[in-house]
Amino acid sequence: MSEISKEQVKHVAHLARLAISDEEVETMTKQLGDIINYAELLNELDTDHVKPTTHVLDLKNVMRKDEPRKWIEKEDALKNAPDQKDGQFRVPSILE
Amino acid sequence: MNFETIIGLEVHVELKTNSKIFSPSFNHFGAKPNENINPIDLGYPGVLPVLNEEAVNFAMKAAMALNCDIASDTKFDRKNYFYPDNPKAYQISQFDQPIGENGWIEIEVEGKKKRIGITRLHMEEDAGKLTHSDDGYSLVDYNRQGTPLVEIVSEPDLRSPAEAYAYLEKLKNIIQYTGVSDCKMEEGSLRCDANISIRPIGQEEFGVKTELKNLNSFSFVQKGLEFEEKRQEEVLLAGGEILQETRRYDEQTKETILMRVKEGSDDYRYFPEPDLVPLYIDEAWKERIRAEIPELPDARKARYIDELELPVYDAMVLTSTKEMSDFFEATIAAGSDVKQASNWLMGEVSAYMNKQQKELHDLALTPQSLAKMIQLIEDGTISSKIAKKVFAELVEKGGDPEKIVKDKGLVQISDEGQLTEIISAILDKNEQSIIDYKNGKDKALGFLVGQVMKETKGQANPPMVNKIILAEMEKR
Repeated sequence: MSEISKEQVKHVAHLARLAISDEEVETMTKQLGDIINYAELLNELDTDHVKPTTHVLDLKNVMRKDEPRKWIEKEDALKNAPDQKDGQFRVPSILE
Repeated sequence: MNFETIIGLEVHVELKTNSKIFSPSFNHFGAKPNENINPIDLGYPGVLPVLNEEAVNFAMKAAMALNCDIASDTKFDRKNYFYPDNPKAYQISQFDQPIGENGWIEIEVEGKKKRIGITRLHMEEDAGKLTHSDDGYSLVDYNRQGTPLVEIVSEPDLRSPAEAYAYLEKLKNIIQYTGVSDCKMEEGSLRCDANISIRPIGQEEFGVKTELKNLNSFSFVQKGLEFEEKRQEEVLLAGGEILQETRRYDEQTKETILMRVKEGSDDYRYFPEPDLVPLYIDEAWKERIRAEIPELPDARKARYIDELELPVYDAMVLTSTKEMSDFFEATIAAGSDVKQASNWLMGEVSAYMNKQQKELHDLALTPQSLAKMIQLIEDGTISSKIAKKVFAELVEKGGDPEKIVKDKGLVQISDEGQLTEIISAILDKNEQSIIDYKNGKDKALGFLVGQVMKETKGQANPPMVNKIILAEMEKR
């Protein structure tokens, strides 16, 4: 049984920029713990002789030629922006 | 207490493919904001990245030129972060299986050669460009989003800011030779962050390092590191401690300024990119790319010294950029004398470029016209003095040197009778100089030569003028 702590849940929520209430921290700590424990069932399998994989599809080297193509116009790209100015997306300043 | 400096550099280089690494948008520097973007670059829901094969070729070529081992099994990973320069909220990068590892380059500082290790070279996508304004908002141009990048991480093998400078010069030179990037710091196609720490000499474990950002030229990298080296030493000698922090180099005050203190390591939660399948690079692919790598600067330099018998200095200057080296080789191929071609390129041509702040490709001069002009000097058609006039024309307007010489009447006067006539007339007018010369004042000869040159607008054949003046004075 692995445990996930409330602190870990809060930390992950912060990294994902999610505001969650103390109550939700309680619920999610339990739910996330259950999910991790469920996934740990996989540890029962003997994988000693199985090569690790990083992808579920049996595909490799899917690539395209280096050919540029105009797809959308700038106006269309900016159309869905919450705010724009001088042909650029306008966002609240986030200074590092 | 004496300290030793430890420096490691992280260099980002943009690859000049035609399209972006994961989308078919144009990959051009200098377009108007947001001209070269599409739904993939903007991270719209449901879009999928597709890897640009040429970006892999270019990254592999750079990694090979830097003597890296090329991975056979490689893949991409997601690096998660929130910042408006990247609309997806993650950057596609490579985490634990970079395309290149365990490379090295050789640098030379104060005559000492040293091998600097390259930990890794990995592929990733560049982010958009933010312009901060003071009204609390920033403007974002996503043209750069998705530009193929390689990040090149050095081992902490550099021991001085001067070595860091030499490393950057060498790295840039090698990558430019491969042709995969322009490496123009002023356009952001090469960017550098530096890590620096110091430790008492003899101590094995590293000191706490600081990271320097906002280094906009190689010389600012060196100056920033020099400042930081001294600052850390002062802090330690005063009994203080160095904090792991990010500092910015201020070009005005020439100081490094604290940006933020790092608390713990960055938490990017890397995981394998599920939208891209793994990449296997077989031996045939590797060999195909290896065969495309041109002769690199060190090999060229050695060839110039051994085969062309140029001085070490000439070989170094000529190979300092691929453009210069290619121009030099084309000039020789067009029939120029080797040493003359070198002299003109290192002398007049470089002086002109420096003065006008231009690059070779901006000049009207071609290797063929330079070679032709040098031939005209060699066969005595023009003097080297006149050649400077021809050069001025060639470099500004181009053209055929032979035609310029003919049209402007610049052909050297080597006719003995004609020169004797001119010289006699000058000697008649300058009897005092003849007396001075005979009384041992060598300067008088120089004066007379000068008069002949003035009379002939510089076109008289100088060795002949000397000879005839001496002979004519003897007779008087």
